[in-house]
Amino acid sequence: MLVLLKFVVLLLALGSGQARQPHVVVEDAEPVFEPSKFGSLWPLPQKLKSTQDAFKLTSFRIVDAKDSSAGPSCNILQNAYRRYYEYMFGAGQKQGVFKLRRSGPSDLTGLQVWITSADSECDGYPSVKSDESYELSVIQPFAVLKAPKVWGALHGLETFSQLVYEDEYGAKSVNATIITDFPRFKHRGILLDTSRHFLPIKVILANLETMAMNKFNVFHWHIVDDQSFPYLSRTFPQLSQQGSYHPYTHVYTPADVKMVIEFARLRGIRVVPEFDTPGHTQSWGKGQPDLLTPCYSGPKPSGAFGPVNPILNTTYDFMTQFFKEISTVFPDGYVHLGGDEVDFTCWKSNPDIQRFMDAQGFGQDYSKLESFYIQKLLDIVTTTKKGYMIWQEVFDNGVKLKPDTIIHVWKGNQQQYQSEMANVTSSGYQTLLSTPWYLNRISYGQDWNVFYKADPQDFKGTEKQKALVIGGEACLWGEYVDATNLTPRLWPRASAVGERLWSSKDVTDINDAFNRLSAHRCRMVERGIPAEPLFSSYCQREYKGI
Amino acid sequence: MSAVSSGQQTRPMYYLLLLMILQLGLHTAEGVWPLPQTLISSTERFPLSPQAFYFGYGRQSAAQQGCSVLDEAFKRYFSLIFPDYTSAYGILRFSTDKPFTVEVSVDRADCDGYPDENSSERYNMSVFAGRASLKAETVWGALRGLETLSQLVYQDDFGSYFVNKTDIEDFPRFQFRGILLDTSRHYLPVQAILKTLDAMAYSKFNVFHWHIVDDPSFPYQSRTFPMLSSKGAFHPMTHIYTQSDVRRVISYARMRGIRVLPEFDSPGHTKSWGQGQPDLLTPCYKGGIPSGTFGPVNPALPSTYQFMAALFKEVSSVFPDSYIHLGGDEVDFSCWKSNPYVRAFMQKMGFGSDFTKLEAFYMEKIVNITSALNKTSIVWQDVFDYHERIPKDTVLHIWKGTPASYHDELSRMTKAGMRVVLAAPWYINHISYGQDWRNYYTVQPLNFSGTEEQKKLVIGGEVCMWGEYVDATNLTPRLWPRASAAAERLWSDEKQTSNVDKAFPRLQDFRCKLVRRGIQAEPLYVGHCKQEYQGV
Repeated sequence: MLVLLKFVVLLLALGSGQARQPHVVVEDAEPVFEPSKFGSLWPLPQKLKSTQDAFKLTSFRIVDAKDSSAGPSCNILQNAYRRYYEYMFGAGQKQGVFKLRRSGPSDLTGLQVWITSADSECDGYPSVKSDESYELSVIQPFAVLKAPKVWGALHGLETFSQLVYEDEYGAKSVNATIITDFPRFKHRGILLDTSRHFLPIKVILANLETMAMNKFNVFHWHIVDDQSFPYLSRTFPQLSQQGSYHPYTHVYTPADVKMVIEFARLRGIRVVPEFDTPGHTQSWGKGQPDLLTPCYSGPKPSGAFGPVNPILNTTYDFMTQFFKEISTVFPDGYVHLGGDEVDFTCWKSNPDIQRFMDAQGFGQDYSKLESFYIQKLLDIVTTTKKGYMIWQEVFDNGVKLKPDTIIHVWKGNQQQYQSEMANVTSSGYQTLLSTPWYLNRISYGQDWNVFYKADPQDFKGTEKQKALVIGGEACLWGEYVDATNLTPRLWPRASAVGERLWSSKDVTDINDAFNRLSAHRCRMVERGIPAEPLFSSYCQREYKGI
Repeated sequence: MSAVSSGQQTRPMYYLLLLMILQLGLHTAEGVWPLPQTLISSTERFPLSPQAFYFGYGRQSAAQQGCSVLDEAFKRYFSLIFPDYTSAYGILRFSTDKPFTVEVSVDRADCDGYPDENSSERYNMSVFAGRASLKAETVWGALRGLETLSQLVYQDDFGSYFVNKTDIEDFPRFQFRGILLDTSRHYLPVQAILKTLDAMAYSKFNVFHWHIVDDPSFPYQSRTFPMLSSKGAFHPMTHIYTQSDVRRVISYARMRGIRVLPEFDSPGHTKSWGQGQPDLLTPCYKGGIPSGTFGPVNPALPSTYQFMAALFKEVSSVFPDSYIHLGGDEVDFSCWKSNPYVRAFMQKMGFGSDFTKLEAFYMEKIVNITSALNKTSIVWQDVFDYHERIPKDTVLHIWKGTPASYHDELSRMTKAGMRVVLAAPWYINHISYGQDWRNYYTVQPLNFSGTEEQKKLVIGGEVCMWGEYVDATNLTPRLWPRASAAAERLWSDEKQTSNVDKAFPRLQDFRCKLVRRGIQAEPLYVGHCKQEYQGV
């Protein structure tokens, strides 16, 4: 198991600014072997009772319960059974086949999975409204996992796999346990940025896999941005042909996108694509002439381009067709429309824009022009029957929004984002928090505990306002991240966010979290995910994928 | 949303410009990292074909076929030069490609030896039509030249290989260019160490400083004291380095011209030693009785020195390098102070209550043990700071302080006539957001007040990757290409490499080369590599 230096951990986290010694000064802090009473569970279930009665898993199988509404044709579950069986017993092991002795009184022979509602949602996609609850009872002779829908069953399987441990003889065991579990927040996301660096599909899939281990349920795919446009559009193939880093090796084809969506669905994860406009669109302009605003230097075009040109009808024709495609390619009920960080200098330099501003009576207030654009875009997207998420600036600038818009808060310090959350919710909008969870920002030492302590409902507001907080997202922006370093940078740091968004608000014991998370990270490593260490320690099975 | 800090908005354009420069300048010989001392290349280029490419020994060369170091290197560098090449056995081919031969000549046939502190790494190389001539004093110099050659070869958009007409004279600025890995705070599988050695050779590092044991664990399996690892390792079977593991690391390093410098740090940082060696550590006292905890090595017992003599005798035979790192840093005196026997010993020795004298006494005994074994001791700066009377041939290792204070330390140490290795500016386990490689690049190791003679005493520098937050999951992307920034500082001429913005595109290019070679070196900033990393 793990050797932990509990006190040092905190010391280090505090003293990380100081010139570091070759070795940590460890005063009176002996390595403490201190497994959590909750074992390696992560994120911690809402309700849990367990005893020390240990059962051995003998001839163990995961099967559908007799009365389950999902049967052998339910791909999601059948795939999950195999996946979790392999996690628990390793691929290809013929568990128990050669054992002659019959199962004894302390054996557990199976896990029955019982989908209780008439519609298991087996063939559907998860949504923000999906029921993710489940109940798990690990008692003899077999454990039972009950969930209204497959989504809860997936989480329950993960939890069950986390209860399994190896006893001192290497036999797989599990303690008697009763769990009732459901997420605190509906939207628990990870943002990956495939524009600043292209991420091979393999990397995206590995991270979806890891998200499921941490009960995340939204993959926010920041698929394009200034730097590159890797999304291969069927309607506008020139966008990636011209705008990607390379038109063949650095693009996501329709088949790639489909694969990501299906892989995510099988793990109960939604894929929310972001097509950020009108700023952050440099790469769009390469394959779509006249989409971007030509910047002027004095009386002449400088050759540079700014944000999307909001004064041309062609812009809106393009957006209509483009988002029509997006709405069919991505099945989720939401798309993320961005809308952040619009730089006005180029708009200001352009005489045609100035004339348009005058004609519209916007004066010199370019945020009005931005609003004008966004409102037209929102109308376009509304016709595709999608809901939308937008970055907070759109709300801050007073754009008229549909009541079901989700405002994504990403700016400011703690005080600022908390007052933003209060403002957004007092205006009656749903909101998502990311500010404290910009995981691309690294620093020396343990920073997971900082992510762990942030709480999206910590702001001044009524209960009704708090209820409008649907969750949060950990963001891994891509300036300094690609396939070489993404996974260890994301995990287990994002796991800290995962527990905050899933577990009960009062799960705040940082020492217990450290113990569980250390074990959880070793489990991820064992499953082939290069999740980095929290502190000096070891895993029974170290990472082998070198 | 990706930019929280202000100021970031203006930067992308700037890098875009650099990227353009990179693309224009990509196919010239400037793409060598670290930059050679003199490099003249023309735009005249020669096609290379893997079917008609040969390594050979010059007629005058002291080493000929059968030279293990070079024969192995030819094999390695063939694949590095032609990364797309898959051997086409069985396919009849009538190659019309013009042959190209790399002719290697060395003055000394030190093929079975180990690189050492005096090994010359100098080489000259000329690339002409159909031929490259690589001349070096030693095989180690030839290895550096082969690395350079592998970086000179490039592929055009159709995958054809080329090399430009080039003349190079090259030698390292500093003799000692090290990387420290810490295998105590986290165990690093041998595979991770070997991979690091590969990448070190690509950046022309030549010392692997193996901080093999420390407080948290003792993974070195000693043949004299097997209990040290069976009690002190994280796990006695899976988290240890056996004798054959160690031999493998040393031999792998030798093939790449890399010295393996082991560190057995004492008297502090030895918690894990105590578990397998009773009475080695000082029992701490609380209120007149032993508290059950232990402090540094017990310097008051003769048995301590018998143990150390036996251990270092083993270490000096296992590790062929002429240096042994003895540590000697961060000794905490509180436990010694609490122990009545240690205090009595202090009285007997006339140390009063000055525990630095006790520490110095201990270090002197240890240094004498290694001197008797014909090894050069290298110690962390603390030993000098507390006790200036140490044997003149000891090498000091600076790890502390700001540029002002380590420059000051360099002055004082070299004034005392001591040789010094600088590590303070290259603690790359310290990560931060953004392009911190720039800080490692702009270090000026010799910018301290002192005579020319003093400056010569700075034998090199070292990049340290301490292990608190690093194991096999994240070691490689944290180390590379950040360590490569230091590599250029230690190899190349400082005047030619003082512009960090000029270095940026070349380092980006080099980083993609590392990725192509299977080293998961992380990106410096936005952008892409033609061949992205294919792992996860």
